[in-house]
Amino acid sequence: MLFLALVVFLCALRAPQIAAAEPEPAVVAPDSPAVPADPAAAVQALASGGLSANAQLVRQISDAGAPWARSVLQGLLDGTLQTRRADGRVVLANVSGDAFELTDPVTGEALGQASHADLKRIPINNTLRTQLNGLIARLSLADPDPRQRRAAVRALFETLDAGSADLLRKRRPLENDSGVRAAIDIALALSDLATGEDSVRIAAARKLATSVEPVVRVRLGAVADDATQVQEVRDEARRALARSEARVSLYRGAEMAFFGLSLGSVLLLAAIGLAITFGVMGVINMAHGEFLMLGAYTAFVVQQWVPVDWSLPVAIPLAFVVAGAAGVLLERCLIRFLYGRPLETLLATFGVSLILQQLVRSVFSPLNRQVATPSWMSGSVEINPALSLTLNRLYIVVFSVMVFVALQAVLRFTRFGLELRAVSQNRAMARALGVRSARVDALTFGLGAGIAGVGGVALSQLTNVGPNLGQAYIVDAFLVVVFGGVGNLWGTFTAALTLGVANKLMEPVVGAVLAKILVLVFIILFIQRRPRGLFPQRGRAVEA
Amino acid sequence: MSIDDAEAPLSRDHHRGALFVEAVSVSFDGFKALNDLTLYMDPGELRCLIGPNGAGKTTLMDVITGKTRPDAGEVFFGDRIDLLQLSEAQIAEVGIGRKFQKPTVFEQLSVRENLALALKQDRRVRATLRARLTGSERDRMDEAAVLIGLAENQQRLAGTLSHGQKQWLEIGMLLLQEPHLMLIDEPVAGMTRGEIERTAELLQALAGERSVLVVEHDMEFVRSIARHVTVLHQGHVLAEGSMAQIQSDPRVIEVYLGE
Amino acid sequence: MGLPTWRQEPGGFALLVVLAIVAVLVPLLNLALPVDSALHVPNYTVTLLGKYLCYALAAVALDLVWGYCGILSLGHGAFFALGGYAMGMYLMRQIGERGVYGNALLPDFMVFLNWQELPWYWQGFNHFPFALLMVVLVPGALAFAFGYLAFRSRVSGVYLSIITQALTFALMLAFFRNDMGFGGNNGLTDFKELLGFDLQAPTTRAGLFVASALALAGGYLLARAVVRSRAGHVLIAVRDAESRSRFLGYRVEHYKLAVFVLSAVLTGIAGALYVPQVGIINPGEFAPLNSIEMVVWVALGGRGTLYGAALGAGVVNYLKTVLTGALPEVWLFFLGGLFMLVTVALPLGLVGLRARRRSVA
Repeated sequence: MLFLALVVFLCALRAPQIAAAEPEPAVVAPDSPAVPADPAAAVQALASGGLSANAQLVRQISDAGAPWARSVLQGLLDGTLQTRRADGRVVLANVSGDAFELTDPVTGEALGQASHADLKRIPINNTLRTQLNGLIARLSLADPDPRQRRAAVRALFETLDAGSADLLRKRRPLENDSGVRAAIDIALALSDLATGEDSVRIAAARKLATSVEPVVRVRLGAVADDATQVQEVRDEARRALARSEARVSLYRGAEMAFFGLSLGSVLLLAAIGLAITFGVMGVINMAHGEFLMLGAYTAFVVQQWVPVDWSLPVAIPLAFVVAGAAGVLLERCLIRFLYGRPLETLLATFGVSLILQQLVRSVFSPLNRQVATPSWMSGSVEINPALSLTLNRLYIVVFSVMVFVALQAVLRFTRFGLELRAVSQNRAMARALGVRSARVDALTFGLGAGIAGVGGVALSQLTNVGPNLGQAYIVDAFLVVVFGGVGNLWGTFTAALTLGVANKLMEPVVGAVLAKILVLVFIILFIQRRPRGLFPQRGRAVEA
Repeated sequence: MSIDDAEAPLSRDHHRGALFVEAVSVSFDGFKALNDLTLYMDPGELRCLIGPNGAGKTTLMDVITGKTRPDAGEVFFGDRIDLLQLSEAQIAEVGIGRKFQKPTVFEQLSVRENLALALKQDRRVRATLRARLTGSERDRMDEAAVLIGLAENQQRLAGTLSHGQKQWLEIGMLLLQEPHLMLIDEPVAGMTRGEIERTAELLQALAGERSVLVVEHDMEFVRSIARHVTVLHQGHVLAEGSMAQIQSDPRVIEVYLGE
Repeated sequence: MGLPTWRQEPGGFALLVVLAIVAVLVPLLNLALPVDSALHVPNYTVTLLGKYLCYALAAVALDLVWGYCGILSLGHGAFFALGGYAMGMYLMRQIGERGVYGNALLPDFMVFLNWQELPWYWQGFNHFPFALLMVVLVPGALAFAFGYLAFRSRVSGVYLSIITQALTFALMLAFFRNDMGFGGNNGLTDFKELLGFDLQAPTTRAGLFVASALALAGGYLLARAVVRSRAGHVLIAVRDAESRSRFLGYRVEHYKLAVFVLSAVLTGIAGALYVPQVGIINPGEFAPLNSIEMVVWVALGGRGTLYGAALGAGVVNYLKTVLTGALPEVWLFFLGGLFMLVTVALPLGLVGLRARRRSVA
């Protein structure tokens, strides 16, 4: 359960670096072989050369090694290198408003403006495109930013030729970023795999076994299937492929575990409120899912008024208040008439759930709505090509833990928390001591509902928001409560994470539906051993 | 005066119903509820068990009925039946019946239906679906109803009975299970004086054919029925004997008055 | 034992009388009168009333476990749906070559999925007796397996209710999948005939209607016999004071299991009668909401009376038909409100309103 989480994070830490580092000072200029005639002339010649002539010309330009070479090639690739019709001059044309800003590709000198009609694109085809990609990558090898260098090396995976391989070999001793070095090693191994004698290929295959790059697996597979290769080489390739794939599976597994954690953290937020109300009041609230939904819709509404990047810090407390108020209202108006009758409470709150759903359907619409992700939560953290952790899920996991900790703090350190615990353990005694149990009940319900509301905000970041949102999570939330027991919030914590991870880990193997069924069967069997869950409550309030 | 003098030995037919509790100890989380307790009951005897709260009376009953397993000691029913080897259901089968403090009769069923459920009969689903009262069963139910004083009220819902009547109904139900040993826990709590007298008569009528062990606090009641009284204190037998002997025993006085 | 009398059990008596009248009158007014006659009962009404009867049977079955044994099953819709699917499979096999794809053996949806042969679990469903057996066996077996695990581990009260919800939810998810071989989210439909009778013909509809009425009457009498027997008293004892019953020597788990299975079987039969009348069975029948609606039928009618459950089923479904026709948005509000009303204000249901209470302190 928690061990699994630890394992995941240890794996993540051990793998090559996260792609976020400051630029290092440039170490050395790229190597430059013999300088051709006049690279600037070559640039101008691009305008009139055909596709095959241009193929030669770009090589020349790249080999020249001038500082502007890369931007010229890039410009050719993305279409900003164009010819001015008036004088046939080659220029770099950048969009500026409705027109284009022209600059000289070699000198950078500003050349005024022109409109679309004044310019003509220099055509390229796919072959040229691939070639340009490779050449640009070669030029990028000396970029000050290690991220760029690494990207350049990886771009070369596809288009390795002897020249690039040489370049990489020369570059390697100069490279002091370990991530880039590792990438260079892979590129070189790929190159060796394709060319070279059998023993070299075998060694290369062995080296490639530890990589999780997709292109590596493709190449290994190709070699393994290649009938012209020697058997030994093919076997080694096959072995290496198997090992690589095993690694990828491991990382996929870790990714699944991560999804499981994020699902578990949402379940935690959803189930905690339920555990509290059931633990303290013995009330099963079938409308709990709708508190989740209310929170999610709060996030949606907030985003109509507040810019997306600020929306969540506004939505979270607001959702807490909205859902919490709904909870208090529900308790005061309905639940308190049904004390001691848990089955009736279940049914009555189910009625409330129907009404709330229909209300939302009428007010908003039956269709699902999208809640946007703030920019600071978008994107992902790439551990390696096989494992990348989306930022929004990471934030949600962290957020849930924070909420959990905050809740424990409230329970342990505030007066209200004390009263809540007292009432849940021995209501009569608490009342005898002057605790206003009715007030505690209402506030407890509000607290549970509020947390669900906050959970709904988290949920809105993972999925679309619709009137049926609550229904999708309520059954799972209940199973968490049943499994974890109601005595101790740690039970809910453990149960939520366990069920989330278990569900996600099983999904790729048996499918989502069967995974759900298996979880259900497991819980039923578990209840045989421990009918009150993982961490049962010792006290009077629980017994129905 | 030892228990051996208490009753004249009964015939072999009645050798069941004798209870041998020897050196039984029970502790809960470090608290010793029963401490090397030894108690013998003759068949057909009516014994009262008294003692302050926490003395272990209820725990003793729990051990006998199998609800709690002792940490040490032996409990035999008759010569050969080792109660510690049996489950609760088996102990009930063997002929030990218990009536709890709080009357739990089935409130939505009539007195007669309650009694019918308690009859000693095949309890399996298929059997109960087809069950019809035989003549002898009917007779026994009638007898029991008379004995417990509810003969005229048999069609009433048990939930409408008074507290005392519910207690009697429960005793009646216990009777119909044909126990050899009846354990009765505080039967007269909450009863009126009149009901208490009736209960005393009832219990005395019950003893003889079966052994009856009664736990009570009400001393008047105990005096009115007891031939033989056992006093428990802190999980151990403090004193035994007739009511007169008990009341003049200095140890008992100290325990009851000295707190 | 015998039948309920007017004096002793007015409710039961009334139910049987109403059923008898309806079983005769409705088909008569549908078949014997010309269509434009004022008293003519239209075809769709026959079907609608037939549906109500099936629901009433399911409600009676639920009252058995809930009203008399205290087991609040929120997943009984699963048994209804399973019985329905069993019948649906028979009806699908009966379509034969008349399906869209004209395949004598494979139902249309299988042809559509490019399946080459009939899966093993469809074998035998072209025989009516086998299908009937499955109608009884499948819900019963599921109830047995589930109940065995649940009751043995002494799961009860709200925990049990939640788990039954989860069960039907899981089944719904499963049956929605196309590769399960039950028609996926479209379910089974386009039925042609049952035992050679054209399902569209008014006489067949009337026949099914009468069969439903008979099933309801039979189910009611059977349930009534059970609750009036000693076993029924045990059930009530288990409901009210479970540990006391156990203490008396009754194997509580066996009783719960037995009544749960019986209830499931009756519900399955209700589902099987329902499907030929409405002409379709799909995974939506497994939806948790369906099961919970069944509970409101029983609660509104009056649990623990059997005939109250039938009454409740009729009333609620009638209101549902009316409201979803006239003001569809309002229905869910109404249903939700009904739940709240029944639990807070009408614990004894409609039946409790008029019955002299055999009140208990």
